Amino acid sequence: MFVQQLINGLMLGSVYALIALGYTLVYGIMKFINFAHGDIFMWGAFLGMFLAGIIGGNFILVLLLTMFLTGILGVAVEKVAYKPLRNAPRLVVTTSAIGMSIVLSNLARLLIGSQTFPMKKILQVKEFALGNYAVVNSLQIFVFLTGLILMLLLAGFFRHTRYGKAIRAASEDKQIVGLMGVNMDQVAMVTFFVGSALAGAAGLLVGMYYDAVYSTMGYAAGLKAFTAAILGGIGSIPGAMAGGMVLGVIENFGAAYLSEWRDGIAFAVMILVLLIKPSGLFNADIYRKRA
Amino acid sequence: MSRNRLLQYLIIGAVLVIIPLLIHSKYILHIVITIGIYGLLVLGLEIILGQTGLFSLGHAAFYGMGAYASALMVARLGMPFWLSLPLAMLVSGVFGALLGFPVLRLRGDYLAVATLGFGEIFRLAMVNWDKITRGPMGLPGIPRPSLFGQNFTREMYYYLIVVLFIIGLWCALRIFNSYLGRAFRAIKDDEDAAEFMGIDITKYKILAFAIGGIYAGAAGSFYAHYITFISPDTFLYLDSANMLAMVFLGGAGTIVGPVLGGVLLTVFPEIMRFAVEWRMLLVGLLMVLMMIFRPQGILGEDNTRLPWHRIVKPTGSGGQGKFVAGE
Repeated sequence: MFVQQLINGLMLGSVYALIALGYTLVYGIMKFINFAHGDIFMWGAFLGMFLAGIIGGNFILVLLLTMFLTGILGVAVEKVAYKPLRNAPRLVVTTSAIGMSIVLSNLARLLIGSQTFPMKKILQVKEFALGNYAVVNSLQIFVFLTGLILMLLLAGFFRHTRYGKAIRAASEDKQIVGLMGVNMDQVAMVTFFVGSALAGAAGLLVGMYYDAVYSTMGYAAGLKAFTAAILGGIGSIPGAMAGGMVLGVIENFGAAYLSEWRDGIAFAVMILVLLIKPSGLFNADIYRKRA
Repeated sequence: MSRNRLLQYLIIGAVLVIIPLLIHSKYILHIVITIGIYGLLVLGLEIILGQTGLFSLGHAAFYGMGAYASALMVARLGMPFWLSLPLAMLVSGVFGALLGFPVLRLRGDYLAVATLGFGEIFRLAMVNWDKITRGPMGLPGIPRPSLFGQNFTREMYYYLIVVLFIIGLWCALRIFNSYLGRAFRAIKDDEDAAEFMGIDITKYKILAFAIGGIYAGAAGSFYAHYITFISPDTFLYLDSANMLAMVFLGGAGTIVGPVLGGVLLTVFPEIMRFAVEWRMLLVGLLMVLMMIFRPQGILGEDNTRLPWHRIVKPTGSGGQGKFVAGE
């Protein structure tokens, strides 16, 4: 039971971590909460569902195309709702993001429908027993590994590419980086592309795992991933990954032992973190500087 | 009060009294009553958001709390409506104050997500506490109020909400022009400066949440006994966002502005019947467009802007600037 819950939690946590990275990237640079991020995750699930229907069994291709399309969607959202507000204070942008979130989820409801859609099976599901402790199926392993690989790729992106370095620098100090001749519009675009692509991948994985895609799935997932981001320390990339894993595990244990209050656990964690340690686990330093 | 002003009030009063005699359509009267409910709600949100500058995304939870408190007191304890209405206001107000305590340390968008989480926890509590609230099935058959032994008709509901709204509006205007209102606006403009000037920030922030809660409690209690059915699905995040859009549309920081926003966003989807499906989409679009083109709202002026309408600029020396707005 214990090991099983731990494994389920880590699996779910890797998905939360993928979404949380998008919040943390945007927050690190633009200093606002992208409320529309959860709905981009939902669009990732829908796009993945359509692509799986068209392409079929090739998981890698479906994943890459989903990530590309949600990345484009994220950039489009940035261009429409956030770029005109580049110099506006945070809460104006936050309000715009709330509006954008409502637009995206209602667009999905009106264009696609409000019912729950099943996902086409892309992978064969096999179950493995780990001794007497737990049962793991191949889908769980797959979700976990995909999440892990994407995070490693992201770490490489930040460490070695020009844009990765620019994003890291911009999250330290946007003004100075701008003065150093970095094109902040491009940095913002790349940030949104990467963050949204990861959310799209998470959408596809969640859609596959639960075999259910619906237009309001972005709200709860987005809030939980945001909780993961602040748990790890918003703006911190390793923090978002760790926060996602920790939240996934907490939630699964909570669900196993407190049953009905599953969704409430994430919100309770969020409020507790905000009250007790709003800087999160990994990010005390940056928070102090900004606040 | 000048004679002129008195005349104006008398005319407005007379119009409000004869409206239900002129309107024979139950449907239009229902819309007018709905406007009254939203009017009360946005007045409360205006105190929290527009006056004090506390970004709250949990207003629907106070609304729901008032509705549930009132409905349960009447249905389970057999209280009369006239007692449950003020008690529901008290309950929502107390919870508003209780929410005020922990979230005081948070600013800006952190406060927004904390209040959002609070709203979600309220919904989950109503869903899971099914012994008392019947969970997701909701509470049907909430008794109608009665006056002098006569059950409420639609016209009587209309008069009641008009009275409640006028009291609410009057209180809001009194608050706006009093020391309390000036303290609220001082906190909105610059929290640190307000504190240096000797304003007890903690006290006034809690008061703002409590007053906002009282308004929402009155609206919720009225709603529960007017519709006679409530369920957790009636008080969602989207409803909070809708109220937020009303306040922003009319103009946060003014008293009449949010009410105008409430009227527009209640009437518009009803006129455009074909657009009902698209209502929330339009609300979302409206929020984005307002923020881009006119963040102070229809009636807002430069001097009623929210604090975050200042441009973010670094202050002090050295590269590590302190950000001015909304931090």
